Amino acid sequence: MEGITKSFSGVTALAGVDLTLERGEVHALVGENGAGKSTLIKIMTGAYQRDGGQIWLEGRPVEFRSPEEAQGAGVVAVYQEVNLLAFRTVAENIYLGREPRRFGLIDWKRMNADARALLQRLGLEIDPRATLGSLNIALRQMVAIARGVSFNAKVVVLDEPTSSLTEHEVSILYDVIRRLKAEGTAVVYISHRFDELYTVCDRVTILRDGKFVATHALANLEKIDLVCLMLGKQRDELRKGTTAFEHQTATAAASAMAAEPLLRAENLKRGRKLNHVTVEAGRGEIVGVAGLLGSGRTETARAIFGADKIEAGEVYLEGKPLRLRAPGDAIDAGLAFLSEDRKAEGIIPELSVRENLTLAALPALTRFGIVSRARQQEIVERFIKRLGIKTAGPDQKIRELSGGNQQKVLLARWLCKNPKFLILDEPTRGIDIGAKGEIQALINELAESGLGVLMISSELEELVEGSSRVIVMRDGERVAELRGKEISQDSIIRAMAEGSATGDATSNEAEDDGGV
Amino acid sequence: MSQATTTIDDAGSTRGRVFRAKAASFIQRQGALVALVIVCVFAAMRYEDFITERNLLNVLRQNSMLGLVALGMTFVILTGGIDLSVGSLLAVAGVIAANLAGRGMLLAVVAAVAFTTVLGLINGVVIAKARIQPFIVTLAMMIAARGLALAATGEESVRVDRLSETFTWLGQGKLGPIPIPVIVLLIAYALGWVVLNHTRFGRHVYSLGDNEEAARLMGLNVGRVTLGVYALSGALAGLAGVILASRLGAGQPVAGTGWELDAIAAVVVGGTLLTGGQGGVGSTLVGVLLLGVIFNIFNLEGTISSWWQWVLRGIFLLVVVVIQNRLSSRK
Amino acid sequence: MQNATEINRVKGKPGLLAGLAALGPTYGALIALVLLVLLNVIFTPNFAAWTNFWNILLQVAPTMLVAVGMTFVIATGGIDLSVGSVMAIASALAATNLDRGVGVAILLALAVALCVGAFNGALITGFRIQPIIVTLALLIAGRGIAQVISNGGQLIPFSNPTFEYLGKGYAGPMPFQVLVMILVVAAAIFIMRMTSFGRYVVAVGGNEAAARLAGIRIHRTKIMVYALSGLLAGLAGLIETARLGASDAAKVGLYIELDAIAAVVVGGTPLTGGRATVAGTLIGALIMQVIATSFNMLLIPFSWSLVLKAAIILIAVYIQRPKVA
Repeated sequence: MEGITKSFSGVTALAGVDLTLERGEVHALVGENGAGKSTLIKIMTGAYQRDGGQIWLEGRPVEFRSPEEAQGAGVVAVYQEVNLLAFRTVAENIYLGREPRRFGLIDWKRMNADARALLQRLGLEIDPRATLGSLNIALRQMVAIARGVSFNAKVVVLDEPTSSLTEHEVSILYDVIRRLKAEGTAVVYISHRFDELYTVCDRVTILRDGKFVATHALANLEKIDLVCLMLGKQRDELRKGTTAFEHQTATAAASAMAAEPLLRAENLKRGRKLNHVTVEAGRGEIVGVAGLLGSGRTETARAIFGADKIEAGEVYLEGKPLRLRAPGDAIDAGLAFLSEDRKAEGIIPELSVRENLTLAALPALTRFGIVSRARQQEIVERFIKRLGIKTAGPDQKIRELSGGNQQKVLLARWLCKNPKFLILDEPTRGIDIGAKGEIQALINELAESGLGVLMISSELEELVEGSSRVIVMRDGERVAELRGKEISQDSIIRAMAEGSATGDATSNEAEDDGGV
Repeated sequence: MSQATTTIDDAGSTRGRVFRAKAASFIQRQGALVALVIVCVFAAMRYEDFITERNLLNVLRQNSMLGLVALGMTFVILTGGIDLSVGSLLAVAGVIAANLAGRGMLLAVVAAVAFTTVLGLINGVVIAKARIQPFIVTLAMMIAARGLALAATGEESVRVDRLSETFTWLGQGKLGPIPIPVIVLLIAYALGWVVLNHTRFGRHVYSLGDNEEAARLMGLNVGRVTLGVYALSGALAGLAGVILASRLGAGQPVAGTGWELDAIAAVVVGGTLLTGGQGGVGSTLVGVLLLGVIFNIFNLEGTISSWWQWVLRGIFLLVVVVIQNRLSSRK
Repeated sequence: MQNATEINRVKGKPGLLAGLAALGPTYGALIALVLLVLLNVIFTPNFAAWTNFWNILLQVAPTMLVAVGMTFVIATGGIDLSVGSVMAIASALAATNLDRGVGVAILLALAVALCVGAFNGALITGFRIQPIIVTLALLIAGRGIAQVISNGGQLIPFSNPTFEYLGKGYAGPMPFQVLVMILVVAAAIFIMRMTSFGRYVVAVGGNEAAARLAGIRIHRTKIMVYALSGLLAGLAGLIETARLGASDAAKVGLYIELDAIAAVVVGGTPLTGGRATVAGTLIGALIMQVIATSFNMLLIPFSWSLVLKAAIILIAVYIQRPKVA
């Protein structure tokens, strides 16, 4: 693939990306959210059409107009959400659309026999007559791979194949990948787990913001360098002043911690996604949460807010335990949560700026069920002015606003409730530079006024310059805590990559905190 | 080596879950059958007249037309769709067939069924191409087809030509002791079963209702399957309409009102999920018979008024769905 | 400062066009209604007469009451098929209890209708069953219950001028039920726009996950919506009964759910929820009624009006369907 370009309604998702695959190679594809991995894969497998560039398969230029055509040519994708049919049998899933027939009727015998043979070739003992939904996720994934292989696949794309597998299951997957490799199939492997990349992959291609960054052999690329390439940092780069945060002094943080923490979440446990995570934050403090995708950072926030049911753990606000059955309970207690996915969980697209902004505050603005238009108007105008929300007016539909302004409206939705504690999940993602700075300055101001803030971010500058402490998460666990001067992009990257912050004096402390 | 044991381990841990899932899905799929058996045993013990050839064949005959409509509805619901137009299509077919009955049974049947198949096809085309929800599209077709049937007849029923005995044979005749409608019903269900379980079209119907997005990504021609099921539903509704006209000796433009709801209820009671992908024609036949036998018991009892019957039917539908929902959410 | 000027600049532009655009899909329905009325005024003899005007409003009133409730239900992304049967229950209850006093009869009927609706909502939220199935079951059972109440589906005639005023009375030149309809529509528009409940309804339909994270109690909102639908269906049932001077539990409100859904959809409230326009629903219901009335006056068989209605439903939904990029 060379110079692949794709844009969605004017927004460039991919700008001139190259990708070369050798026969029998396992090729890692990495990048943070929005880097363009999925788009690239979908173009490769015919789900999207490219705007520019060219694709060659075995030296010939090819054009896939649909997943069907790509499959026919031997290019198949196995998506992270296993895209198969849960109520159909294993054999049906493998041969859907190509069922062997006799006299116009499906030849079930042959189909099951073929499926069994195919699965055995991959070293799998799965009954082809079993319903897919009765298998565990790992086996389902293997079935998806088997389906791919059954097309005489030359290229198999595995999109986050291990995100929901146990270690046991991962080893089965590795075995299947090795067999594919031995047969000369090229495998594209997308994952955020570095250990895995280094175990199975030969080379890696890094994407960032829809652009091609580099392709390297993994054998001579250090983890640190890989993280730097993904995040777009120089290894020894320590830029400052790029964000609008005024660096909090270590003393502020210390005094905050001396007092009783404003919020303390203890031993949060939810499946494999959260493994006894403890987080605490004091008044006036901004606590950063760092971690790559899938590290459990968002899950922590949702658990504290009562949005997901947790198996174990307690949340204390001002020392009092909270009963959290639904987000409404957390809101009543004075918590606020700006979610990561603005579109799916934040805005209500068809409603106006006014309504989106005051949605959470409505109970307070309502008397006898009737919303006080005057007070609503006053709040909306105040916050439009205070946050500098650019809108044609309070009655404009929120979906018509830019991402930055939508985010400001959502932030205002919480601020007008005067919360005690603010949880921010990627507060500046997908926002233009100007609005970004404004939001960062605002967060700073809020903390100074006494709010507690938990800020999840994948932007390291934001964490380094904004937080008084940074908690680093990895694979559902809290692996390190950095304070004051220990906080640097370098130390965060190290902790994310290796599980603990190596460096002067940090390691001890981090381990103490992380080993809860 | 280590890999082989891993697989077996996984199989072992899965086994318990598989068993429980199987038990749950058995009750979900066959619960209606269990209920049907219980109800039949109850009826046989309580009423002498229940297990008589006459009564049983009567139950079958009375429900044969609803059975045909429900068969088509099963295909539609398996894809995750719904067809509200069946009652009206049934009336349209009845009117056409009654008009043409004088020119021979074959022509009448073919013309009537062909016409409703085309109307069903129109449903499918609009749903697949214009991407409007099946609920709305078939609601519009329900209203329009009813209008057509009423307009074409001047809102009066069309008497079947007295000379066309071959046509009335279709609804009133017998082959040995078995009424023709019952034979048609059984053949239709047998064919439906083969199509659903042993043809690509049938499996693709399931796949579409299972997970439309996945089916699309796996290269399935979703539009074609959609067209197929609505056309089939139209055809079967038409066939039911023809038989009804033949039985009554007239094509009534108001026939079949409310049948779409009865058909949906039968399909759901049988164990086919409204969300699609699970169920089958066997379940629907059981659903139709279960509702039919319950109705028959009401009649044999003689003291349960028809309004109480409606109350019980509604409650029954609700209870079945609640139980199904419990079972499927546990999985 | 810069923001302020920008806002002013954008604000200055719109005016009339923006006003029409704000009506959204309803705008098209309104034009269709105006065209229909104009055509009729020109081509249909006696169409432009006061009696006909009141007659159209009179006939649309029960459907409209039901359609208002349906608008709220559909705004949350649900549907309520049971409304016709709820009408029948209310009708039977009122007719059989008239001897205890008009007030008691009306209150009892409305209270039960409300409860049936709330029961719908409770089943939908509590068991997570699709609204279409739950309300289908209530549609089937409800009609039976109504007939049980009316002593076996008998026609129950009555003579009670106070109660009959509901359906036959006049307030000035205006039929009383038209007045009721206008009040309900006005109240519904007010509730939808001005109360927190109205805003929760569209928020739940627009993005349930976001609404939940904003602290909205999803279950409570949905139950209230179905209860409201039941209440308004009950009211429609009472008016129908009063107009007939008798309760016919087998016929009252039969298939009204379809007319109501059609009115809602034609009026510009999408079946997927998240947006709602009560005024649009009124326009949708009027379009349907004008078609029926004019066909009647032109002596075109009623049946052809069904075909036209179906076409209008499809066209309306096709025009309003979300544009896919």
